[in-house]
Amino acid sequence: MLQKIYDWVDERMDITPLWRDIADHEVPEHVNPAHHFSAFVYCFGGLTFFVTVIQVLSGMFLTMYYVPDIENAWKSVYYLQKEVAHGQIVRGMHHWGASLVIVMLFLHTLRVFFQGAYKKPRELNWVVGVLLFFVMLGLGFTGYLLPWDNKAYFATQVGLEIAAATPFIGDQIRTLLAGDPEIVGAQTLARFFAIHVFFLPAALFGLMAAHFIMIRKQGISGPL
Amino acid sequence: MHRGKGMKFVGDSRIPAERKPNIPKDYSEYPGRTEAFWPNFLLKEWLVGAVFLIGFLVATAAHPSPLEQQADPTNASYIPLPDWYFLFLYQFLKYQYAGGDFIVLGAIVMPGLAFGALLLAPFLDRGPERRPTRRPIATGLMLLGVIATFWLTYESVSHVDYEQRSEQYGVKEEGEGPDINTDHPGYAVYEANCLSCHGDTLQGQGSNPSLLKTEKSVEEIKHIAKNGIGNMPSGVFNGSEEELQKLAEFIHSAATGGGKGGEKGSGGEGEGGSDSGSGH
Repeated sequence: MLQKIYDWVDERMDITPLWRDIADHEVPEHVNPAHHFSAFVYCFGGLTFFVTVIQVLSGMFLTMYYVPDIENAWKSVYYLQKEVAHGQIVRGMHHWGASLVIVMLFLHTLRVFFQGAYKKPRELNWVVGVLLFFVMLGLGFTGYLLPWDNKAYFATQVGLEIAAATPFIGDQIRTLLAGDPEIVGAQTLARFFAIHVFFLPAALFGLMAAHFIMIRKQGISGPL
Repeated sequence: MHRGKGMKFVGDSRIPAERKPNIPKDYSEYPGRTEAFWPNFLLKEWLVGAVFLIGFLVATAAHPSPLEQQADPTNASYIPLPDWYFLFLYQFLKYQYAGGDFIVLGAIVMPGLAFGALLLAPFLDRGPERRPTRRPIATGLMLLGVIATFWLTYESVSHVDYEQRSEQYGVKEEGEGPDINTDHPGYAVYEANCLSCHGDTLQGQGSNPSLLKTEKSVEEIKHIAKNGIGNMPSGVFNGSEEELQKLAEFIHSAATGGGKGGEKGSGGEGEGGSDSGSGH
């Protein structure tokens, strides 16, 4: 039955080559913790991806309750946390996952750096990876404001002041992010929400696709 | 791949009509104990992922994510603290030549150089050597950066008392709206005289303490309302003696639990029965 469905689709779409490209690749001995336990350092990248998937899914569920306006943002988070079934778990996953993803990214970056895995021909993939790190930090910064509690508000104010310190275009950057040259308020929350939920995830997915395609093309770097 | 003349397509599409067999590559000739990703390796990875997820969920359930009081831009006494992965930068800007007049140096130039070097690492460290010991400059700089980041992060939080912060800035469960008996005759007096500093549910704000846990007697509260205490100036309360009595009784009843559970004004005339509201 499944085979028939597969064949039916394959006849029309020719998905076999695609499937072989995605699924069919080797796992060399030196990266396989089943053979050398020290190879667990190669898991950090995969775990980063895993936590990113958790972030995307839990974030999608959070937007079912979250209201991005200054009157209701905090109340909606409070309601989610106190009243909604498993709301605390979903928010907890997103909250702690945000920290975990940074930890995993950090470990993954150190692994690649100290193994010199970014050397020719993998320079571009390293650049894309560092850009991914920046996007992740941006997601952390914008997401921090969204619960609209005091911690979020005042940390964002500090962050925006740092952004405004950029020479020449500092004020423009601040206005672009906050929606106003002075106030951190309703506009800021709406913009941070848009950046957190649409702009940065779009950049994240594009960069991740590039990251994975390059890994597949070049293969994992050899043993030291 | 078949090219050129003789190719057959499905209908008028660009899909080749010739079927290719869906057979995995043979890895037996690869060096070492190479394994197929699908499905052999993925099954093991799946197990690791499941264990990881369980640990993560347990941690999540054990530590509910924090939520402080709703943002209040007029709260001048709040000491900001960013998320932990920005603490190193936050701390860095506190130093004399990185903050203040040198903010451009500390906030843009130096982080820009550090992260720029990270971004362009493959073009700065171009030799063929991969072992960390064979490229001491790259390894040394990275170790220096990591140590500096850790140290700055430690410095920034070594003086922070997180328990005290969550006590001071956290959401006060007892103080939530319906728990305060707003029908109490003293509440109107409270609203007029005390609310602007001590909050609409007696929760306090900034350095102004919460009144919910005060153990002071009615007489003491009356005295403080008139004469002040600590940072609180005297003469904040201006009203009649009768209002003062109602106010003190209201605060006392709220602090001893009488103000709770009073959705229907069960606290009634201000005695604030000491047994009510214990259901919380």
